[in-house]
Amino acid sequence: MSKIELTRRSMMKAGVAGLATPTVFAGTAWSFTNEPQGGAVTLGFNVPQTGPYADEGADELRAYELAVEHLNGGGDGGMINTFSSKTLDGTGILGKKVEYATGDTQTKGDAARASAKSMIEKDGAVMITGGSSSSVAVAVQGLCQEAGIIFMAGLTHSNDTTGKDRKANGFRHFFNGYMSGAALAPVLANRYGTDRKAYHLTADYTWGWTQQESIANSTEALGWETINNVMTPLASTDFSAYIAPVLNSGADVLVLNHYGGNMVNSLTNAVQFGLRDKEVNGKNFEIVVPLYSRLMARGAGENVKGILGSTNWHWSLPDDGSKAFVRSFGTKYGFPPSQAAQTCYVQTLLYADAVNRAGSFNPCAVVEALEGFEFDGLGNGPTLYRADDHQCFKDVLVVQGKENPTSEFDVLEVVEVTPRAQVEYPADHPMFGGAEASLGSCNAGA
Amino acid sequence: MDALLLQILNGLDKGSAYALIALGLTLIFGTLGVVNFAHGALFMIGAFCAVFIQGLLNLSYETIDETQKDFLGNPLKVKTPYLENWFGPETGGAIIDWSVPLAILFAIPVMIAVGVIMERGLIKHFYKRPHADQILVTFGLAIVLQEVIKYFYGANPIPTPAPSSLTGAFDFGVLLGFDPNAVIYPYWRMIYFVFAMSIIGAVFAFLQFTTFGMVVRAGMADRETVSMLGINIDKRFTMMFGIAAAVAGLAGVMYTPIAPPNYHMGMDFLVLSFVVVVVGGMGSLPGAVLAGFLLGILESFASTTWATTTIPGINQVIIYVVAIIVLLTRPRGLMGRKGVMEE
Repeated sequence: MSKIELTRRSMMKAGVAGLATPTVFAGTAWSFTNEPQGGAVTLGFNVPQTGPYADEGADELRAYELAVEHLNGGGDGGMINTFSSKTLDGTGILGKKVEYATGDTQTKGDAARASAKSMIEKDGAVMITGGSSSSVAVAVQGLCQEAGIIFMAGLTHSNDTTGKDRKANGFRHFFNGYMSGAALAPVLANRYGTDRKAYHLTADYTWGWTQQESIANSTEALGWETINNVMTPLASTDFSAYIAPVLNSGADVLVLNHYGGNMVNSLTNAVQFGLRDKEVNGKNFEIVVPLYSRLMARGAGENVKGILGSTNWHWSLPDDGSKAFVRSFGTKYGFPPSQAAQTCYVQTLLYADAVNRAGSFNPCAVVEALEGFEFDGLGNGPTLYRADDHQCFKDVLVVQGKENPTSEFDVLEVVEVTPRAQVEYPADHPMFGGAEASLGSCNAGA
Repeated sequence: MDALLLQILNGLDKGSAYALIALGLTLIFGTLGVVNFAHGALFMIGAFCAVFIQGLLNLSYETIDETQKDFLGNPLKVKTPYLENWFGPETGGAIIDWSVPLAILFAIPVMIAVGVIMERGLIKHFYKRPHADQILVTFGLAIVLQEVIKYFYGANPIPTPAPSSLTGAFDFGVLLGFDPNAVIYPYWRMIYFVFAMSIIGAVFAFLQFTTFGMVVRAGMADRETVSMLGINIDKRFTMMFGIAAAVAGLAGVMYTPIAPPNYHMGMDFLVLSFVVVVVGGMGSLPGAVLAGFLLGILESFASTTWATTTIPGINQVIIYVVAIIVLLTRPRGLMGRKGVMEE
């Protein structure tokens, strides 16, 4: 029987939340959903194993397997050695061996909820983590809140995840659209000037909307004018009809609020149409990709060269945490990890450490341990898990496509490490649901 | 006026892809009576022929460069293509640069073989089964082919650029008296359109002016009578399946510089191509081509800012709206024949 230490506050939260739990997740006599029994604890890794983001999902899964290995005392320990908190000692979590179940999100909200539900109900997962899409993250986060399970988000960049859709049981380590704008805009103004006219093409879903709003706000604050924003269907493969009118619009910058295959195709189309060779308003025409993924950027080939964007983390960072993770991952798999892999690995360690510090797997105890937690040594400098919205605040990287890559992994180079203070914002910021946005109460389920 | 011209040009290359895929679909349906849901996968396999040839031409040997480090801090392994070693950096580089056009030579026999094997190995067993069975089995086959490609090449798009001398865009605006940059169009898309027209012309000429084509056309009109004359029409129809696969494959090869290929690209075109076939008229080859270009151009117009602001979401539904209107007013499609799929 595991040792359970609960505070009065968390017990009350659990009690209230328990009353509100749907019957589908009730039915055991434990004090919280999937309380680990015996010598093992199961984590649920919910990643895209099929569909367009399957490669990113595979990299997330590699990172999770590495994290489990390190938590159980295998390998070289990776970032456990550099993590500022020292509760992880290679004996699992609270002395229980870490096991895992996997689910396939298919990058579809309903499929992701179904796979998460299956891992909670059939595999007894005490925590769900992973994903490569904001709409999936929001959907699974909602399910975990109802089920009384902790959700440690994977790659999700929409402001909404920790904005209007924030939940008490959900935590995001990855950065967001606002942070991309705050980090990128000064670099853009510095490099391209403050008198610019921007034309946005935006993927028509939650992530695209919030990123476009963030980038437009940040660049307009520095003097840019947003002359048009055209929504493009997520299923688009040919963006020529959207790109051709850009040169005729008076814009001298094209901002591609696209990710994954959309980004690869829209950027390829834009370069084909010769946008980068044109001069408009007496200035060179520029293209910006606010959210870069190294895995996806490879798909655009030489078209990414010199194009600015932002990223959560990059394998070339020189800090001890990043170097330890790259060494572990690279030695095991033969290539450097992606930003998705890093955020998933870190989320697993953060969860394990929070459980150890709380002395319990009870979700409400874990929430309490993570809220306001300050840490370092996990690759992004000193980081805060803010209590108000469960968003991590840390340095953000501005990157650009590398002109002379030395290998197929050497696609991006870091242009600037934007300090955490520059990307911070109040928890009741209008872009994040304003004063009405609330975490609600922690739910321990059962 | 310039915006109008621009969207017509944009619609032409997408229409070319629709027309080529729909042409193959119609050839198969018209000859064998099979509704082939694996046709999008053939387009995708054609694209991956280009990826394969690019990989083949880029086969490299490794040398250690002690002055540079890899991501683990070890001396960097520098890859040099064998072609550059054998023919020198300039000639070797030029051959690699032209990998997409060179892939056409590889794709033609491969796609014909794939088509023939697919028809003989699987589809022929479903000739006398209902169309629903044919759709299920060919759709299943498409998923299998997708997964095979994903197993070898992953899920991410793979950059497959056009030859560097054919990149860039032509300024039609200056030529036609408009402002510079008003009407620009990439060279490769022009090539794609010309290529598509050539393939379409070649298929029509083949059917119209050769004995083989004449027999096939006769078989399409009355299969039983042609068989009773002692002609092995099945063998010719199998060849037509191979030719239809090659047409889809070539459309895929040439499309790779427009959009980097991934395992799912066939599905993106499949549904639209079926709409094209239905709008053009089931079994009508000219109808498929006409509807391909028509819907490509309409889709392009519907994606303009003016259209999307006037009717939000029109860019996502225009093809289906047109399909409904055509089917309500001309139930057999624009150029459909009486009796096709009406039994």
